[in-house]
Order: sequence, then structure tokens, then C-alpha cells
Amino acid sequence: MFEFIDVKFKEIIDLPALCFERKKITTLIGASGSGKTTILKMLNKMLSPTHGRIIYNHTDLRRINSVAHRRQVAMLSQNPAIFEGNIRENLLIGLKLQEKDLPGDDAVLGVMEQVKLNKPLDSPVYTLSGGEKQRLALGRILLLNPEVYLLDEPSAALDENTEEMIMQMVTGHVRKKNKTLVMVTHSKAIAEQYADTVIEIVSGRCFRRGENNERDH
Amino acid sequence: MNGIIDLTAWQVALAYLFVLLVLAIVRMRGINREKEILISSVRMTLQLILVGYILVYLFDYPNPWLTAGIVLCMEAFAVYTVLNRFNDQLVKPLKYIIAIAMSAGTLACLAYFLLVVVRLTPWYAPQYFIPIAGMLIGNSMTGVVLGLKLLLDGMTTQKALVEEALILGATPRAASRNIINNAFDSAILPTINSMIGMGVVFLPGMMTGQILAGIAPITAIAYQIAIMLGILGAVALTVIIMLQLGYRTFFNQEDQLCSR
Ligand SMILES: Nc1ncnc2c1ncn2[C@@H]1O[C@H](COP(=O)(O)OP(=O)(O)O)[C@@H](O)[C@H]1O
Ligand SMILES: [Mg+2]
Repeated sequence: MFEFIDVKFKEIIDLPALCFERKKITTLIGASGSGKTTILKMLNKMLSPTHGRIIYNHTDLRRINSVAHRRQVAMLSQNPAIFEGNIRENLLIGLKLQEKDLPGDDAVLGVMEQVKLNKPLDSPVYTLSGGEKQRLALGRILLLNPEVYLLDEPSAALDENTEEMIMQMVTGHVRKKNKTLVMVTHSKAIAEQYADTVIEIVSGRCFRRGENNERDH
Repeated sequence: MNGIIDLTAWQVALAYLFVLLVLAIVRMRGINREKEILISSVRMTLQLILVGYILVYLFDYPNPWLTAGIVLCMEAFAVYTVLNRFNDQLVKPLKYIIAIAMSAGTLACLAYFLLVVVRLTPWYAPQYFIPIAGMLIGNSMTGVVLGLKLLLDGMTTQKALVEEALILGATPRAASRNIINNAFDSAILPTINSMIGMGVVFLPGMMTGQILAGIAPITAIAYQIAIMLGILGAVALTVIIMLQLGYRTFFNQEDQLCSR
């Protein structure tokens, strides 16, 4: 689905060849500062390679409109900014920014359930903890219903139990809906437990690529 | 008390007593401002004397080219003042946009005001053209400075939110909507406030000048009302053109935030 050809980003990334497969779950692991976030940002055109090219569905990413691309390939950033207002407004912000029709509270409550947030929709966001904010940010991209999910350490601020629940939910959702997921994680265990493919990044290079063959579907 | 009391040079000099008063105050309190106070008083005096002679000449020999030339100089000076104020914070395209917005906004309002509202004949009559152009351009300049400051501040302090909006699939326009609206609102607020206080809290300079010069207050007031509305229009138009074109310079061709 994504194919990197001779991609470099400044001195940070050097990936002569790398691909991310359609309708698969790929996890990126590696030390902090190794370039994982930079790779995700290149996948949704928040950054463009300084050298080489990325092919998305047989088309050079440079020839695809950035905004349209980001609507298909949604990203949860590592430190997602939360907007002023209440929970409902924050969940709907993506749709609002994309100038789409806004769904009713039923759909919003469905997402709240998915991300295990149990608070009134009218609560102001400053009442939320770090972990709750992270799940709120996950919820707001679930509502966008994109083709591809890019998640940058989505469980970094969560305790072990919540992390497990959220991982189960996200991977289950992606498989059920036949979507593609690329996820950065700090945990090797999570990477291997949920992924079809694990890519280890060292200093901006692909150090190891492992397929999880036990999984079939 | 009919007619106009002419001020002699000697009488004007008497008004310098106010400057001496201020100088005495700052000296006594040890506030280090004497130089600026002196320089600004002298500068103001010399500039106005110079302008006076230019106006005398213009009024004696009305000429479309001269009028147009003076207005162009005012525009250039206003643009220069804005660019100078923000010096190194502006990328080149934004500088061009400021010049375009200020010229287009003020000239459009000026043309409407003089040709449709006042119905000036000949169109270049300097007694009207120059002071009205001065007021529209001067107020627009203040508005642009305010709007630009809020645009630059917003794009810096709210950078994370703008970036997040882009990540969520917003167009650059949608991602900066709040910043643009806030900047526009703040830029026209002083004009709105001055209309609220008009005639109650203060009498505006133009009207005071006209009344002092012997024009009937009702005529002076009619002009003042029209000019206030003209100023509001010019400020709003100039600022919105600047913002609507200017926000884009913070993004690149790929709809990513430019690093600057
Ligand atoms: N836009 C950028 N320009 C230059 N250097 C950057 C940029 N963004 C991140 N970096 C640097 O690139 C390296 C990789 O960063 P990042 O992709 O965030 O790593 P990771 O997500 O694996 O922790 C870091 O050394 C970081 O300081
Ligand atoms: Mg990172």
C-alpha cells in the first residue's frame, strides 16, 4: 500500500526500500529518536521526503493532494493537541474541520464506549487526565472512519489494563473493518502480540523486518 | 466671536510651554525621556510646517498627477512603517501581501468615498482628496499592524493546534480560521470603540479642525459621520485582504506548516 523508494529525510531517515501492506497491521519499534514519528508523518504527508519518493496505491504521494490524503490516512500524533471545549466538541472536531456532516450523540457515545471513556459528553476537557486525553484523541480519529490508521504510541499514557483493552479494541476494529494500521509502540511485547509485521528502526534505517506467520485470516 | 482667529508664530511658540512642563516633570522624577520628548516635539513641528507649505502649493495649483503622487507617497510610507515594525518576522511573500492589501483596501474605499459619497469635482481636488486619503490610510495602517501582530502571535502560540488540525484533515484555511477571525475582530475593535465614544467622550480631530476653521457644525458632523464609516470600511477591507492572503504564507505547497 505504501512503498518507500530510496527515501531520505534530512540526515534522520534513510530507507532505500520499505513497504507497508494493505489491510495488515504493522508495528514500528525502536529507540526514542530513531525516527519512528518522522516515518509516520511522511506516510500522511505532514512531512515530505527530502530525497526519494513514497508510492501510495501505485501513485507517487507528491501527486496526491495532501489534505485529501490525510483524510484517508488518519494519524494520531504522539502528543495530540486537545482543543478547547467539551468532550463532544473534541470528538467531533475532525469531522468539523473536514467540513463533514456531524453525527448525533449515538455515534459519539459508541466511540466513547470503544475508547473506554466513561464521562458525560459535556464535561470540559480540562477535567480529563493524560490517559483520558489520549483516548479522546484516539476516539476522534475513529469517528473519521479512514482507510488507514497511523497511531503514534497510542498507549504511552495508559496503565497496563487499559492499554490491553485499547490494543484489543483497535486491532479488532481494524481487522473487522478491513483497514490498514501502522502503529508505533514502545513495547516489543505489544508489537509482536498484535502485528502481522514488525519493523525495527535503528537510526532512521530499517534494522529488522519480521513477519508474524502464526496469524492467518 | 465671528471669523477665524489666526495663530501667529509667536502664539504657537507659547504652546511650547507644555513641552517645557513635561520636560520639567521627567527631569525632576529622573525619568530618562528628555531626548525623545524634545525630538518628537521638534519633528512634529517641522513635519507639519513642511506639509503646510506642500498643501499651500497643491491647493494653489491643483493637478491630478500631484494628488495621485502624494497619495502614493502616503501608501508607501504606511506600508514601510508596517514592514519596519515587524522587521524580521515577515517572509517576503507576506511583505508583498501587506503592500497589496493596504493599497487595494484603501484605494477602493477612497474611490467609493470621494466619487460616490462626496461626488468630488474635479476628482483630484486636493483639499478633499489628501486629508481623506490620509485618514483612511492612517487608520488602515493601525488596523493592519494590529491584525498582523495577532496573526503572527496566533500562528506561534497556537502552532500545535494548527498542526493538529492539519493532521485531522483540515485545509490550511480551516486550520487557521480561529486565528484569522480573532485577528480581524481585534483589528476592527478600536474603530468600533471610537465610534461608540464619538461626540460623547471626544470630538474627533477632523471635525474640531473644521469647526475651528469656521465651518458650520452640522456640515462638519455630516463629514465626520461619513468619514467614520469610510474608515471602518477601509480598516475592515484592508485587514481582511491581508489576513485572507497572508495566512497562506505560513503553509507550503504540500499544505504543511512552514518552519520559520
Ligand atoms: N522536522 C524535523 N527536522 C529536523 N529534525 C527533526 C525533525 N523532527 C524530528 N527531528 C529529529 O529527528 C530525530 C527522530 O525523531 P522522531 O522521528 O521523533 O523519533 P522517534 O519518534 O523515533 O522518537 C530526532 O533526533 C529528532 O530530534
Ligand atoms: Mg516519536
